[in-house]
Amino acid sequence: MNDSAKLSSELRDIKQMMERSSRFISLSGLSGISAGICALIGAWLGNETIKTYGIEAGSLRRSLDDTYTLLHVYSLYGRLFQIALLTFAAALISAFIFTYRRSKITNVPIWGNTAQRLIINVTVPVVAGGIFLLALINNGVFGFIAPGCLIFYGLGVLNASKYTLPETRYLGYSEILIGLINLFFIGYGLYFWAIGFGFIHIIYGVFMWWKYERN
Amino acid sequence: MKNPIENLNKTFDSRIRLGIMSALMVNASINFNDLKQLINVTDGNLASHMKALEESGYIKVQKGFIGRKTNTLYSATKAGEKAFRTHLDALEQMIKNMG
Repeated sequence: MNDSAKLSSELRDIKQMMERSSRFISLSGLSGISAGICALIGAWLGNETIKTYGIEAGSLRRSLDDTYTLLHVYSLYGRLFQIALLTFAAALISAFIFTYRRSKITNVPIWGNTAQRLIINVTVPVVAGGIFLLALINNGVFGFIAPGCLIFYGLGVLNASKYTLPETRYLGYSEILIGLINLFFIGYGLYFWAIGFGFIHIIYGVFMWWKYERN
Repeated sequence: MKNPIENLNKTFDSRIRLGIMSALMVNASINFNDLKQLINVTDGNLASHMKALEESGYIKVQKGFIGRKTNTLYSATKAGEKAFRTHLDALEQMIKNMG
């Protein structure tokens, strides 16, 4: 009888139970991939819209100089806002579907205490950031929307990573970094959005899927 | 040297109880249903083990309501945390001694 092996497996069970009970382990890598794809489609739609309005993404800041283009730009912002909301909803729903599926496999309740903690911890920084950005928009400051979204989202993810698979924190760091870089390239937000919300999510999702769900 | 096996706690001599204590060590409190799903046991089975742990003074029970449904919260007591740590240390010590 291999007592040592038995004791080791007992300790491993204990560790696993501590992990399972305190972290939401059903977050699926496929959710990251699908959210990223939604973001890329959203960014592409946004770019097309900007083109039909006859303004180059890179020149948005300069075009704010005269009032006619200013009105034009405001109506464009309305359209972009709609696209952003739709993209966000699509990303959220698709992410939920894959994570719901995963929770069936890992046999962890989708609405248990770990899931609630995860959601609260991602929501607080993101909602605070959202209100902050709305206040900026109210004051006519548009340039910080994209970097602001990336930074606050990154902070939310970083905060929530304590309550889910630990590698998620690298997603948080990446989003914050890209948001900070974007601060120095105001007017190119769409490209940074595509990188941050699109490509980074996809890379993260593939990595997580590869690590946890391949089999 | 003292044999670490003496430090093993008989109360934790079951996978289910080990599971319950592990979960309660890292959470301020957990309700009955979450615990049941985590450990994957039947109501009756979980309840009897919870009773034993409660009688040893290792966990405390807080009955409450969410709307009309009962919501029973469990948490580890100070004594329970200490006893579980001692038990874990003994387990580790035994593994080390076996080499």
